Amino acid sequence: MAKIITKNLNLWYGTFQALKNVNSTIEANRITAIIGPSGCGKSTLLRVFNRMNDLIEVLRTDGEVLIDDTNILDSHTDLVVLRKKVGMVFQRPNPFPLSIYENIVFGEKIHADGITRDELDEIVEKSLRDVLLWDELKDRLNEPALRLSLEQKQRLCIARLIAVKPDVLLMDEPCSTLDPQATARVEELMRELKSRYTIIIVTHNMQQAARVSDNTGFMLLGELIEFGKTHEIFTAPRDKRTEDYITGRYG
Amino acid sequence: MRKLKEFIVEKLILICGLASIFFVALIFLFLLKEGLAVFKTVSLFKFLFGKSWYPISEPAQLGILPLILGSLLITVGAAIISIPIGVGCAIYIAEIAPLKIKETLKAGIELLAAIPSVVLGFIGMVTLVPLVKNLFNLPTGLTALSGSIMLAFMAMPTIVSIAEDALYSVPKTYKEGAFALGATHWQTIWRVMLPAASSGILAAVMLGIGRVIGETMAVMMITGNAAVIPHTILAPVRTLTATIAAEMGEAVVGSEHYFALFAIGIVLFVISFAINVTADSFLHKRQQ
Ligand SMILES: Nc1ncnc2c1ncn2[C@@H]1O[C@H](COP(=O)(O)OP(=O)(O)O)[C@@H](O)[C@H]1O
Ligand SMILES: [Mg+2]
Repeated sequence: MAKIITKNLNLWYGTFQALKNVNSTIEANRITAIIGPSGCGKSTLLRVFNRMNDLIEVLRTDGEVLIDDTNILDSHTDLVVLRKKVGMVFQRPNPFPLSIYENIVFGEKIHADGITRDELDEIVEKSLRDVLLWDELKDRLNEPALRLSLEQKQRLCIARLIAVKPDVLLMDEPCSTLDPQATARVEELMRELKSRYTIIIVTHNMQQAARVSDNTGFMLLGELIEFGKTHEIFTAPRDKRTEDYITGRYG
Repeated sequence: MRKLKEFIVEKLILICGLASIFFVALIFLFLLKEGLAVFKTVSLFKFLFGKSWYPISEPAQLGILPLILGSLLITVGAAIISIPIGVGCAIYIAEIAPLKIKETLKAGIELLAAIPSVVLGFIGMVTLVPLVKNLFNLPTGLTALSGSIMLAFMAMPTIVSIAEDALYSVPKTYKEGAFALGATHWQTIWRVMLPAASSGILAAVMLGIGRVIGETMAVMMITGNAAVIPHTILAPVRTLTATIAAEMGEAVVGSEHYFALFAIGIVLFVISFAINVTADSFLHKRQQ
């Protein structure tokens, strides 16, 4: 089932065109990887889906981005609702300088009025269990989140995100600051979460894309060159440029 | 030749640096020598907690409690006024104001900081004092409240500029993280930016208050200068600083009165020093 569809999507930073006529269909309950050399527009594309680019003043877009058949580029889109539904994990883990507990209930507190302490406790436990941190952290909930290891921080950011019950998880190079073991564990987590969420992961690490994703898109200079099943992209790319990239001919 | 030049410049700078330390030490020693002499005739306890300050009566009564309370009352009043306004203004400048307004506001605040305190005191005397008098129906407008309002204006530039700086240096990733969770701008400021900048904001407040405690001219002009223990903020008070400034000229060198004024100087020194050290420790905490 299609969750997100982009139609003739173009995007400009001032006069610089960062996305060129991107057409793609992202399926629900699948992991979609976006690969390509640095600066090709992967992050830009990802940030279209939750309109994070709106913070940039000189930004202009045209085309359509349908999420559950609603065009989110429409100027009437409620960004609070959109971002609750489409959550994002960043390249550098960015827990807030608050306690572990407060980080997880952050979203719930801003979205739901009059929620009880018991309900919050429940959300904290469930979210931490989902990211496999509960046993490690259950006695340290009031410690500052900034004291955690990088991997724990990134997991916490994922927990903080799923606490607001999104449908879509956007992950922008979520493992780029982690060591190989931690990366493997976060990838394992992604596979577990896949049944409940639509996951889009940006990565410059082709092995990672090949390991975790069902579908892959390859971008180059703002264009989506090829989009399809991961194993097809990696074993039988149709475009010469995709082949050059996955065989390591670009940097 | 060039090497020699380097050498001379380096040594000159070194001497300048050493000289400034030397002078500070000298001032401090002088202050101690003159100030501690008063404790030959009055105990430290009686000095700090004595309720009356009659330095020229016979025998002299040298209790500075009314002066300490005067300073404290005015300072607390100024803090209550300047902290919310100053921090609010910093939030507005750092987060909300469009670029043009931001530049204007920053320039305005620098201007406020540049007004000499005598001038502020004078303006306060002809505008604020009558206003307070009429508003509260008092026999005189020369009150602690007038002093607090005046000093709030003086603390504001320091508070605004340092707090704004603290907010500005909160990592952008926190803001993005909050927005990405669907937080509104105000929720982001309140729940993420302010806690993240809290030590910098505390330092801003401490330094602003530090400026208030050391202030002399303006408070002397508009607080009434009555050395009695104040029971309300609408009563005239006298501060530690104003006492030194007002009485130093008439105190006989080497008299008990003269030494007592220096001892007040020591008390002020200790207070400012403590405030600066605390503010500094907050600033350092922020940098870690
Ligand atoms: N805020 C911005 N303003 C102007 N240009 C930008 C901005 N953000 C990204 N770009 C440009 O857009 C292009 C794509 O950037 P990005 O999406 O971050 O690439 P990637 O994530 O694939 O490395 C780059 O050339 C980058 O310089
Ligand atoms: Mg990127």
